[in-house]
This record gives sequence, C-alpha cells and structure tokens, in this order.
Amino acid sequence: MTAPKTIFAKIWEAHEVVKRDDGQSLLYVDRHILHDGSFHAFGMLRDASRTVRQPYQTFGTPDHYASTVERTLDEMTDLEAREKVEMLASNADEFGIHHFGLEDSRMGIVHVIGPELGITQPGILLCCGDSHTSTHGAMGCISFGIGASEASHVLATQSIWQSKPKSMRVTVTGQLGFGVSGKDVALALIAQESASCGVGYAIEYAGPCINQLDIEGRLTLSNMTIEAGSRIGLIAPDEKTIKFLEGAEFAPKGRKWDLAVEAWKGLPTDEGAEFDKEVTLNGSTIAPMITWGTSPQHAIRITEPIPDPEAEPDSEKREAMKRALTYTGLVPGQLMTDVSVDRVFIGSCTNSRIQDLRLAAEVVKGQRVKVWSMISPGSGKIRQQAEAEGLDRIFTDAGFDWRHSGCSMCVGLNGDLLNKGERSASTSNRNFEGRQGPETRTHLVSPAMAAAAAITGRFTDVRSLMERR
Amino acid sequence: MEAFTSLTAIAIPFDQVNVDTDQIIPARFLRKQRSDPDYASFLFNNARYNDDGSEKEDFILNQGKYRHGQIIVADENWGCGSSREAAVYALLANGIRAVIAPSFGDIHYNNGMKNGMLPVRLPISDCNTLRKQIHEVPGSQVSINLLDQLVIGPEGAKYRFEIDLLHKHCMVNGLDDISLTLEYEQVLDAYEKKRQIEAPWLY
Repeated sequence: MTAPKTIFAKIWEAHEVVKRDDGQSLLYVDRHILHDGSFHAFGMLRDASRTVRQPYQTFGTPDHYASTVERTLDEMTDLEAREKVEMLASNADEFGIHHFGLEDSRMGIVHVIGPELGITQPGILLCCGDSHTSTHGAMGCISFGIGASEASHVLATQSIWQSKPKSMRVTVTGQLGFGVSGKDVALALIAQESASCGVGYAIEYAGPCINQLDIEGRLTLSNMTIEAGSRIGLIAPDEKTIKFLEGAEFAPKGRKWDLAVEAWKGLPTDEGAEFDKEVTLNGSTIAPMITWGTSPQHAIRITEPIPDPEAEPDSEKREAMKRALTYTGLVPGQLMTDVSVDRVFIGSCTNSRIQDLRLAAEVVKGQRVKVWSMISPGSGKIRQQAEAEGLDRIFTDAGFDWRHSGCSMCVGLNGDLLNKGERSASTSNRNFEGRQGPETRTHLVSPAMAAAAAITGRFTDVRSLMERR
Repeated sequence: MEAFTSLTAIAIPFDQVNVDTDQIIPARFLRKQRSDPDYASFLFNNARYNDDGSEKEDFILNQGKYRHGQIIVADENWGCGSSREAAVYALLANGIRAVIAPSFGDIHYNNGMKNGMLPVRLPISDCNTLRKQIHEVPGSQVSINLLDQLVIGPEGAKYRFEIDLLHKHCMVNGLDDISLTLEYEQVLDAYEKKRQIEAPWLY
C-alpha cells in the first residue's frame, strides 16, 4: 500500500517532468493563460526567436487594460491602454493561441473566465502571469502566478522550474452564519494568521465550511490565498465542482467527460495524509469582515473597534499598524460603522461572479445609493447572465454605474481609480497604500457589505440592514 | 541577463514589513516600456516624490549615501503581492542588484532570480543586526559572494545563505534558463506523449 497523499502531492507528482537533486522540478503546464499585461513575456519570446510550444493549451484575454465603458478598440480613448489590448490580439494571432477579444462575450477577467469556460479543470497545472492565479485552485488544480520571464519560459517550453513548497491545511470548522461569505473567511484567516503565514506553502482549504461554500465562494477564498503569502490554494473537487464545469465550452465532452470525472474523484487528499502545517479557523465565529489598514491582515469583524497599536507586543507589527492608521486616517477604538465612504466598487477577480452580483442585488433591491458606486461583472457571460436575471435593472435603478468587465478599480490600470484622498468600500483583494490611486484608502469587504455601504454611505453591518427588511 | 558573482556596495536599510510590489512600482507605470528614459523614477514613486516631482526628504532612497546603494536590507515578506516583474526592472534601473530579507513574496523572489537581481534569504535576527549596523554608520558597505553563498556585514561578520543550484548556475553565468530547459527536450516530448494517453480529456 502506498502512503496517503495530499491532493497537492498527487497533482505535483503527476506534473514532474524532471526532478533535480537540488530541489528544482520541471513541471508540465497543462493550461497557460495570458492577458494584456503579458506583453513583456511575448516580447522576450520574440527577442529570442522562439515560438509557443503548445498554442492549443494557451489562452489570452484583455482584462488589466480593458476599458469598462468602451467596448471596441476604436472607442478606446486611452491610447496606451488600447495599445496593450491590441498587442495581445496581434500576439495571439501571430502565435495561434486562443483569444477572447474585447468584443467577444467570452472575454473577462482571466481568473473568472478560466473556471467559467472550463479551461480550468481539476487535476491540471495552470499558470498565468498574475498573482491571483491562486484562484483556480478552488477547482481542485495546482495553479499559481508567475512573472514575465517565467511566462516566456512557459510559452517556449510548456513547463516551468519550481521548488516544491511545503504543505499547509487550513480547516474551517463549524458553520458560516447569515451574511458571511468566502471573502469573510479569507479575511478572517489572514487576520488570524498574518499576511505572510503562507509564504513557501501550498494551502489546502478543507472542513465543513469549505463544503458549505458554493463554487463562487471557494474561488474567492482561493483567490485571496496570495494575500496570505501563498501562491497556491487548493480545494478538493466535489459534486459542486463537477456540476459547475459540465457543459462549459472547454470542458471535456462525452466519453472524455466520463473519463475525466472518474479521474477527478481520485484527487482528494487521502485519509491520514500529513501536512507540514495545520491551521484551524472556527467558521461559526466569523462575521462580515472589513479591513481598516493597508495590509489584508489589518482586518476586523464589522462589529469590532479598530485595534490599538499600543496593545501589540511585537514592535515591528506595532509600527506597521501606526503607519497604516496614519495612512487611512482612522484612530484606535473607532468603529468602522462610523466611517463614511466616498465610492463603492463591486468587481475584480475576487468578487465579480454571478453569485456575488446576486448577493449584492439582494441588498440593493428597491434602495438608492448614497455615494458613487460602480459594478463591473467578471466576464461578458456574467454580464449577460445578470441582465437575463434583471440584476442590471436593480443596480441601475439604485443608481449604480453598470459597467463592462475588466480588472477595473482593483488595480486601476485602465484608469478606473479613486480621486486623491478618497475612501472606498471595495470587493477587491488589496488595500495596499496607493493601490486604487495615490493617497487613496481602500477598505476590503464582501459584495453584500459593499452594497450595504453604497446604500447607507458608510460602512454598515449588512446583517442589520437585511434583518430590518 | 547580467551575471552576478559577487558585489560589494553601499547597503540601504529598509525598515518595513510587507513591502508590496505596488509600493515598489505603482500600477500606473506598468504600461511603460523598460526603454522609457524615466524608468528609474518609477521605483517607489509614491513614497519618493511629491506631486511636483521634487524629492520627499524623509524617504531613504533620497538620503545622502543611500542614493548610491546597490543592496537593500529589508524586513519580512519583501515583494509580496502583485506578480509584476516591473518591480525588479525598477530596482535594476536604480542600480540595485540584491535584496537581503528574512522572507520574500515567492513570485518576486523568482522574478529577481530570472533578471540578475539576487534575493538573499537570511534569518530575521541577522537582517535586524545588519540594518541596525547600517543605520549606525550610513554608507556602510555589505558584500555578497554568490559563489560561496556568503554575505559579509559592515563589521566583517559572515552569514551563509541558501540558494538552489539551478538558479545559482544561471545567475553566476548570466544564463537564460530556457536554453537549459531545452536540453531536456526529449524528456518533455516523452512526457507530453504520456500525458495525452493518461489524460486524454485535456486534448
């Protein structure tokens, strides 16, 4: 009998093309996704007179520079951004890779369309030149972000050198309460364990709360793995995963589908498999979360006051907390529910899927926004789905700006930014200094919490809003 | 890439945990080509310059001898966050060839390796000691010898560091690892044939 293995070890070993004595392994890349920020990688490939080894396994879509207002290249007024979108299209054409352009309804944020189109599948190894590639692991695969040089290597060789990370299991026990989402689980974990707890590890999420989450919630949690310092998040595939993928354009069909499903059932971690580190989070105690500082670890329950740096024994953490409070203009002991918001952003690879929009719409329905609020669905298909369900009307009737898909205000490369000094409630993933523009202040929340802030004009416990109805 | 064997240079102490790549190079500069004549100014642009382009005096890279520093001694989780390789390009554009830290964002670590910017992991206590010594004598030099995997502090103390042999080989010789990988082409071909048989649903 072979020793029990983790899902991570099973997939890793199945992709080892070469294993060197110094700890480096050459891993095979089943699927590679690129975007309009990947121009350096194509440039390096061309400079070295190399070509794409497996175009069939390579996909591209513009998201980072895509305008959320203009939907054709000709309409794009930001010429530098337009150039990036055009470069991806011409690179895709030159090298013969799959490409979903600005006007294609399959276009969207790379980490949304991968699972949605069935490009992402359990058991595969997937890379993309973006740190939030950790997202895809929620489908039961190994998936991690890479830099431009690494992307160029993957294009040329369909493989990548990596040293094997250690393994960590995060078990979320109990049951998630009303109004608590995958986003809140992620922020609660990082608040408990720190933004660097996962450095050097691949994280598997397990336990009753993970089973409880829908696929969208799992994708959100795995997406935020990089904010815990780990590039790889993983969740064992189950019936929900299989149902999510069935019929997707790039998912297997017919006999191949049956073979795939059979293989996927053997992926989950074996009973008794050992992890290098085990972490437990009590899911029953998680409330809607919000960040008050400039690191995702600066997160609290919406009901809690902002912590006092003076109570922090570690001097470096204390200094970081003080610096963060100076930057966000908040004070210890303050309640976030007393803080007003300038703008609300619902979108990004973290929280722009159909379930996210449904949850936000439930809060917004029949209300009016008090502050400027925008919503950018994660893909053209999600936008269409939302419109078919009438969600767009709920949002526009409330005064939301209903946009097209892209990374948008999460990173602001396309010009969707806050103004200097403004404070946002944002469903994105990073509250770093200047992330949404110089001297802007980002507070990370779930879609329901962002919707609640839009309606009241200040940070609000969405549960109290929903209970009053 | 430019080879890295050894370097003795002024070291810059950076006393901040979780320095993310958004701080190292803000997103608005990612659209710029590396050939841009202003590329060096993108590094830490928000922290380094005022709106009118003048320097912020309190930022360490704007101070005295640190302007000529080529080695950063940092704190935990340096280069976390975004995978942007431009963070490494911006450091290199300012002559910075190495960062010593207790831990790095994993992607940023690899990006450094691929571009001749050496990331050196040393225990947190050693990093704290180095930063303290540099603060005491600004302009102090630190040496890094990649061949022997040694850091030599301003007061002569030696610290050994670990690095995998593949990356070390590429860096010492200034090699592109794609050529190295292509030496395994036959193994790759064989793997692909096997993969198509074992997981036919992927093809």
